Amino acid sequence: MDLTTNYMGLTLKHPIVPSASPMSDNLGKIRQLEDAGASAIVMYSLFEEQIASESLMLDHYLTYGTESYAEAVSYFPHMESYNVGPHEYLDLLRSAKEAVDIPVIGSLNGISTGGWIEYARHMEDAGADGLELNIYYIPTDPFMDSAEIEQMYLDVVHDVKKSVTIPLAVKVGPYFSSFANMAMRLKQAGADALVIFNRFYQPDIDLEELAVTPNLMLSNSHELRLPLLWTAVLYGRVAVDIAITSGVHTHEDVLKGMMAGANVTMMASGLLRNGPDRIGAIVEDLKRWMEEHEYESIQQMRGSMSQRNVAEPAAFERANYMKVLGSWRQDPTGADLR
Amino acid sequence: MVREKVTIEGNEAAAYSAYKTSEVVAIYPITPSSGMGELADFWAAHGEKNLWGTVPQVVEMQSEGGAAGAVHGALQTGAMTTTFTASQGLLLMIPNLYKIAGELTSTVFHIAARSIAAQALSIFGDHSDVMAARGTGWAVLFSGSVQEVMDLALISQASTLKSRVPFLHAFDGFRTSSEVSKVERLADEDYRAMIDDDLVRAHRARGLTPDSPVIRGTAQNPDVYFQGRETVNPYYDAVPGIVQEMMDRFAGIVGRQYRLFDYVGAPDAERVIVLMGSGGETVHETVDYLTERGEKVGVIKVRLYRPFSREHLLQALPATAKKIAVLDRTKEPGSAGEPLYVDVVTALSESMALGESKFAAFPRVVGGRYGLSSKEFTPAMVKGIFDELAKDSPKNHFTIGIIDDVSHTSLDYDPHFDIEPDDVVRAVFWGLGSDGTVGANKNSIKIIGEETNNYAQGYFVYDSKKSGARTISHLRFGPRPIKSTYLIRRANFVAVHQFGFFQTYDVLEPAAEGATLLINAPYPADEVWNHLPRPVQEEIIRKKLKVYTIDAYSVAGDLGLGIRINTIMQTCFFAISGVLPQEEAIAEIKKAIEKTYGKRGEIVVRQNFAAVDAAVAHMYKLEVPAQATGTIEMPAVVPDEAPEFVKNVTAMIMAGDGDLLPVSAMPVDGTFPSATTQWEKRNVALEVPIWEPDICIQCGKCVLVCPHAVIRSKVVSEAELAGAPEGFKTADARWREYPDKKYTLQVSMEDCTGCTLCVEVCPAKDKSVAGRKAINMHPIHPVLEEGRKHWTFFDKLPEQPHVDSVKYNNVKNIQLLEPLFEFSGACAGCGETPYLKLMSQLFGDRALIANATGCSSIYGGNLPTTPWSKNAEGRGPAWSNSLFEDNAEFGMGMRLTLDKQGEYVRELVVRLRDVIGHKLADDLLSTDQSEPEGIEAQRALVEQLKRTIQNDDAPEVRDLYSLADKLVKKSVWIVGGDGWAYDIGYGGLDHVLASGRNVNVLVLDTEVYSNTGGQSSKATPMGAVAKFAAGGKPTGKKDLAMMAMTYGNVYVAQVAMGASDRQTVQAFLEAESYDGPSLIIAYSHCIAHGINMAKGMDQQRLATETGYWPLFRYDPRLKEQGKNPFQLDSKAPKGAFRDYAYNETRYRMLAQSNPEQAEILLKQAQEAIYDRWQRYEDFAKQRTAETA
Repeated sequence: MDLTTNYMGLTLKHPIVPSASPMSDNLGKIRQLEDAGASAIVMYSLFEEQIASESLMLDHYLTYGTESYAEAVSYFPHMESYNVGPHEYLDLLRSAKEAVDIPVIGSLNGISTGGWIEYARHMEDAGADGLELNIYYIPTDPFMDSAEIEQMYLDVVHDVKKSVTIPLAVKVGPYFSSFANMAMRLKQAGADALVIFNRFYQPDIDLEELAVTPNLMLSNSHELRLPLLWTAVLYGRVAVDIAITSGVHTHEDVLKGMMAGANVTMMASGLLRNGPDRIGAIVEDLKRWMEEHEYESIQQMRGSMSQRNVAEPAAFERANYMKVLGSWRQDPTGADLR
Repeated sequence: MVREKVTIEGNEAAAYSAYKTSEVVAIYPITPSSGMGELADFWAAHGEKNLWGTVPQVVEMQSEGGAAGAVHGALQTGAMTTTFTASQGLLLMIPNLYKIAGELTSTVFHIAARSIAAQALSIFGDHSDVMAARGTGWAVLFSGSVQEVMDLALISQASTLKSRVPFLHAFDGFRTSSEVSKVERLADEDYRAMIDDDLVRAHRARGLTPDSPVIRGTAQNPDVYFQGRETVNPYYDAVPGIVQEMMDRFAGIVGRQYRLFDYVGAPDAERVIVLMGSGGETVHETVDYLTERGEKVGVIKVRLYRPFSREHLLQALPATAKKIAVLDRTKEPGSAGEPLYVDVVTALSESMALGESKFAAFPRVVGGRYGLSSKEFTPAMVKGIFDELAKDSPKNHFTIGIIDDVSHTSLDYDPHFDIEPDDVVRAVFWGLGSDGTVGANKNSIKIIGEETNNYAQGYFVYDSKKSGARTISHLRFGPRPIKSTYLIRRANFVAVHQFGFFQTYDVLEPAAEGATLLINAPYPADEVWNHLPRPVQEEIIRKKLKVYTIDAYSVAGDLGLGIRINTIMQTCFFAISGVLPQEEAIAEIKKAIEKTYGKRGEIVVRQNFAAVDAAVAHMYKLEVPAQATGTIEMPAVVPDEAPEFVKNVTAMIMAGDGDLLPVSAMPVDGTFPSATTQWEKRNVALEVPIWEPDICIQCGKCVLVCPHAVIRSKVVSEAELAGAPEGFKTADARWREYPDKKYTLQVSMEDCTGCTLCVEVCPAKDKSVAGRKAINMHPIHPVLEEGRKHWTFFDKLPEQPHVDSVKYNNVKNIQLLEPLFEFSGACAGCGETPYLKLMSQLFGDRALIANATGCSSIYGGNLPTTPWSKNAEGRGPAWSNSLFEDNAEFGMGMRLTLDKQGEYVRELVVRLRDVIGHKLADDLLSTDQSEPEGIEAQRALVEQLKRTIQNDDAPEVRDLYSLADKLVKKSVWIVGGDGWAYDIGYGGLDHVLASGRNVNVLVLDTEVYSNTGGQSSKATPMGAVAKFAAGGKPTGKKDLAMMAMTYGNVYVAQVAMGASDRQTVQAFLEAESYDGPSLIIAYSHCIAHGINMAKGMDQQRLATETGYWPLFRYDPRLKEQGKNPFQLDSKAPKGAFRDYAYNETRYRMLAQSNPEQAEILLKQAQEAIYDRWQRYEDFAKQRTAETA
């Protein structure tokens, strides 16, 4: 049985890839992921802010209070060098490449077109097989229109693509007026793959402390629906590889992703919850299911349930949405829908 | 051979030579020598090798006494060994100095010579320390400049190996140790050629070894000790010859010739000055100037002071000398004269007596003192001395540089005498510590020194505050080596980086006529002139200054640099000073930026590049009007209502004019009035807290944590608020005990440092705007005027009585008590001072404080002002600092006085019952003073007693009167940092705790030597980076609390105000009430942790939550009640140590420089936390019988 899949030019032994998460923040964990059967690894993200802020913070605290008082003109010993943010990241990437045989994809997270983009090239130099650019932006300014925001996305993709020769995946959120159009323009700007979707930071409120608290919830299988929809829509329409992330927890999720048209499915929550060995278990389940259902390869099923290939393309569109609502109202439990 | 030209400090020059020629280096921090140890540690940590291709062992000890002991041991086993020290450190080494010399052991100690604490401590330079060691049998070789330091360090090493006599290689603290100067670095070949390996092996062969056993260090008796002592004479006799031989060898190799006594001046000089150290350079420079003008003057620069070679001195002195002034940079009260003077007189007398003298007549020799504690020593003073020598009867035992209106020792001189050549660029920069001025200037010196043919010199003057500190940089660049070892008096470039300085200091005083003035002004260029005070405008016009201005703060703000204006101002300096062509200068600045900031990340480099590029475009030349048009006048330094002493003395020091104070102005015994910080309004905050009464819950947390005691609260009646200024805020008091009263909370804005700790701890939030708290920061300028009025009114409202309807056992109530520790110069957001303030609120009116040297003795007792204050009755903490190492003993001495005199006065009360009345006597002896009520009652009884006996002249009654106040309970507090408690003072602390005496020890634990710049102590935690532990401290923190608890009768508490202010208060109250020794170990966040100081209390909380800093109390009294004396006050560790540690640069920088090691240490530290917690938990669970 052939589980291989092709993802932006990389041949992977199966379509289950750990996505960017703390699971890849040290060499031991990266090795563990490979041992657990991962077909590739997306490294944890190097944030644009991190590139700047670690340096600035180090500079600030090494300088703060110095040269002010005769007995203590400094407070810390000199160091020959610092692995500030990017260096640490790049060193880990380099060691990961040496330590594992599966492809390693670097991950860069940012939105502006500043100097930080050069770290894309540094990742390539460190040996990354591909790059995932995570564009993560919450447009809070009411005076900023959507065209301007979309252009920001395209500019950063364009600039990153220009600086590297390795394949580039772009990870975005779903919140565009026309996601299909945006997907096409991202492809035109240089994306070899789209990773859908980013799970945006949705802070909580602590009622006792009256404070906004960062609180990232792990995903569940329900969240697969949105990327599944757009994968099915884009497959065959926009010539871009697709990675589904968010909501991939079981072999069924992987199968659905493949059938919708994805090249790979990425996992983070499921692995954080159950440990890296979950990959191997899903691969086994996948094989069993394919055997039972007499599929020969992943390639065979890829896109089979895309909008273009299903019997009823409207099933992915508005009409179907109405139907869903209708069917829900007939729920025998009589639950209140509001 | 081409030797590298480097611009380095004197300390680096000494350390470089010392490191090259050592196998073992024992170190301990003390200003101004700490830099040498830090460099040796840094080099060793980075694998730098010595002359023999191996990395020396560099080991920090627990004190200088310990370092000397370790050095002695290493020497006795044959290692090439060195150490670095100064001042009290050298004094602590003296016992070993005698031993090492007595055993004829080759070694060199490098001394950044510094004043010794007498009437006061001083960190600055003079020769008191070296002179105190002159009887130890060590050779003493003095360097006068940074180049000499490097050269003579090697010469002394070569000499000690050949002579076997140990050497102190000394140079002036700060003036030479911290001067940055362009020098030629000696090459490895030079060391090779100077150090004879046969002698090294001979030294090694003398080392103790069981393979060839001998014993050394015997005890000798009257029969032979004397003879044994005389055996060494031939070795000492040989030293001068050997040193000269090495100086000659050095000259042959390197080209610089030194002599034991270097004479410079007219060959037929009649007036000669003899001195040593950096002052010799200034005299040299002045002699050159005067001889060019035909004056017959000269100078002897003494290099080898011990052994003192009469023969070489006489050779050096010109036969024509008729008058000789011998200058000592030390003071020996009661002596026949200061040591160098006595030595010269003795040498001349002996030679005259022996008939060997080259002089026609005995020259007239006078002695003088100069330059104590880095007092300036200028060409004008040198000229003054030569002028005095020209008189028929020159004054002997004179002083120069001060006005002695008491003993009339001082010489007059013309302070305007100036010899600085015009081809030397002389630039003075006024800045703040926080704006980066000094760092930028150090860079500029390197650029000019290393990239041009110019010689360069930099010297930096800091003030005594740790927050809002002023810096003055003095930079010289010129075509010849610079010998001017004094501050710039006539600058051709002055930069004022802080506009506010125009109103507080005479910043233009050093500006020469026609000089360039660069101003950083927070105003558009066309408005700057009008914001200058009128006297400043007049001085600009009178001196014809060329004025340039830039709004560097807005440029820096736009570039995201915050308040760091260093690069901008540096670029402006280069653009208008003409030291380098502008393009070249910019390229060099950028190179320097790469070098300085490169390893911190590209973004930092880019930001600074942007600052360079933006600077010149934002600088404008100011058209100076012909007339001063300003309306702003210079404000008085202190207001009229200040006490006379403050107006006459303190204010002069505050204004930077302390040099002008005559001897008579100074207290004779180092006693100063307390409560003086209130007169030093420093106005350093840009933003200040503003109180919102409608949101406030009156919890008192902001009052408690305010490190500078600028936030205060009072509960007053409506009537007392009559006449309150407009806008004075109050709220209904939320106390059951004060139903009809008003609560007010006010901020002394002019004393605030803007640290924001108050805002961070405020728990009350606006229900409609959650981001708004009961206290919020606000820019100071719009609110300052009103704030001043409010504070003045508030200050006069009645203080809270210590005896009242509320109990002072919680933060809410304690906030109302007047702090008797206020407005210190500690760092903004200091983690130590809130504890001291709390102590002062609770017990300050009856506290005696023994304060170990360190941060707390500096912000507590560094002139001009002291934060220790007093209440309306005139009571307050009586404070003193003895030393670093003896503080526990010092405090115990205070207790012993109280105990003895308390006993005696009670005996007198009994003896004099009939005189004072039986009832009063009985009452005086029986008052229960365990609560404030009893203390108040006893005070009233004592007043009654005094009234009763005031007119009785019987001797015993007078004794009773003089001791009557001792009948009131006093509280002894022994305060210090971890360097004292865990390291240098531990032996004494242990003894005092074991004594059972009623003292309260407060350890302000910052986990490093904060005051000397963050060196590792035994309190430094595992995995944290500190100086002397650059690779992360591999061992855990000493559990001082557990050690103290083993005595069983010591009250011990570990507290962290940010984790539990309630437990902190409880611990202070219990410790003080315990009639025996108490130890409180207080977590004190610190600037040396590399944290956002505003989050200091959060870090304290995390330290406790993660189990790193468990809170507990051990109260021996509980045993008597059948309870477990140990109470664990915090919960089991929650969250990872990492979550706490990696908020701090001290931990993070190891992860950034050596991630593998960081990971290992972090893991071990985490395990240690669990282990310790387990131990404590078991202890807390033990049944009483087991713990009793």
